[in-house]
Amino acid sequence: MSKKNKKMVFILLLAAALIAAVPLFALRNAEFGGSDDAGSVMVEEIQGEEYEPWFTPVLENILGRELPGEVESLIFCVQTGIGVGVIAFFMGRFVERKKWMKATGMEEPEENMRGNEA
Amino acid sequence: MTKKEKILLKSAVAFAAVYSVAPISNAMHIMEGYLPAGYCIAWGVICLPFLIAGYISLRNRIKENRKNMTLIAMAGAFIFVISSLKIPSVSGSCSHMTGTGLGAVLLGPAAVSILGMIVLIFQALLLAHGGLTTLGANTFSMAVSGPLVSFGVYRLCGRLGVNRRISIFLAAFLGDMFTYCVTSVQLALANPSEAGGVAASVVKFLGVFAPTQLPLAVIEGLITVVILIGLETYAGPELRSIGFIRENIAQKKEAR
Repeated sequence: MSKKNKKMVFILLLAAALIAAVPLFALRNAEFGGSDDAGSVMVEEIQGEEYEPWFTPVLENILGRELPGEVESLIFCVQTGIGVGVIAFFMGRFVERKKWMKATGMEEPEENMRGNEA
Repeated sequence: MTKKEKILLKSAVAFAAVYSVAPISNAMHIMEGYLPAGYCIAWGVICLPFLIAGYISLRNRIKENRKNMTLIAMAGAFIFVISSLKIPSVSGSCSHMTGTGLGAVLLGPAAVSILGMIVLIFQALLLAHGGLTTLGANTFSMAVSGPLVSFGVYRLCGRLGVNRRISIFLAAFLGDMFTYCVTSVQLALANPSEAGGVAASVVKFLGVFAPTQLPLAVIEGLITVVILIGLETYAGPELRSIGFIRENIAQKKEAR
């Protein structure tokens, strides 16, 4: 990766982290609930009465209660982990492949690969 | 892997079909049970053609070159990661991004409808986030309309000769924002306010979602650019294989 790109990636990630972190420090009294919940609060406000969802999540039906908060964050982590795992696995392969290509002096990877397949 | 993935895709389509017929649909941001059955069915049916087109598009891509699987998996994984991160926003509440911009730009909007829906099903079943009844509506907002906008914006920027990174940022940013606009409209259609009807409701729901989503959409744009820098650097053959950097090859050949 060129130096320019490295710098760019660093700056972009830093900017993303800052945008995410600033509200947390700036709004010390905010609850930071989900905006989906805010949406359902708005539904109630417009309807002028408490809205009774006509269908409860399947998992809650099976469990007979809401998913415990800690377990919910566990499953969110699993979701993140699956995604990161897949991306990191392939990215790692790509990076190593490029290194290897450079070392062996193969500049046109695509043609070479197609040749191998045929 | 491919076979399993195919079965997964097929069952996802079947899933959508079943859910659009039976009045159970689950959406990303619209909570379980918050849309009347009629709307659930309607949104599900509207999504069907996109999902079928998406299935065909994915199948053709894999048929064309099995290596395309890699980028498809990565685009899907990107949605998994991005939509699992709840981030605090300036409005004092948390929301999460969609992550569909990358897939839309790489694979086209149809393919993303399938990838996005897989994530929505995961969240609806395991996390009670979104819901099975609102799956159709949420698929439409996150996995159909958002990616369509991303794809359109990217193509338009390409025509206008906008710098590729800027156009990718805009595509992801606007796609994310549009997803929440559609969600607002969906909620408003089902909950028109007494004074002012649907339009007034749209404004109200947008008031909830838009300020929260704006900074997150910026983050999504930035992260999408980061991953594309990575892909452009290391995954040239894959990007060429799906036609993402085809233009560059043509230019190079001309130059030679």
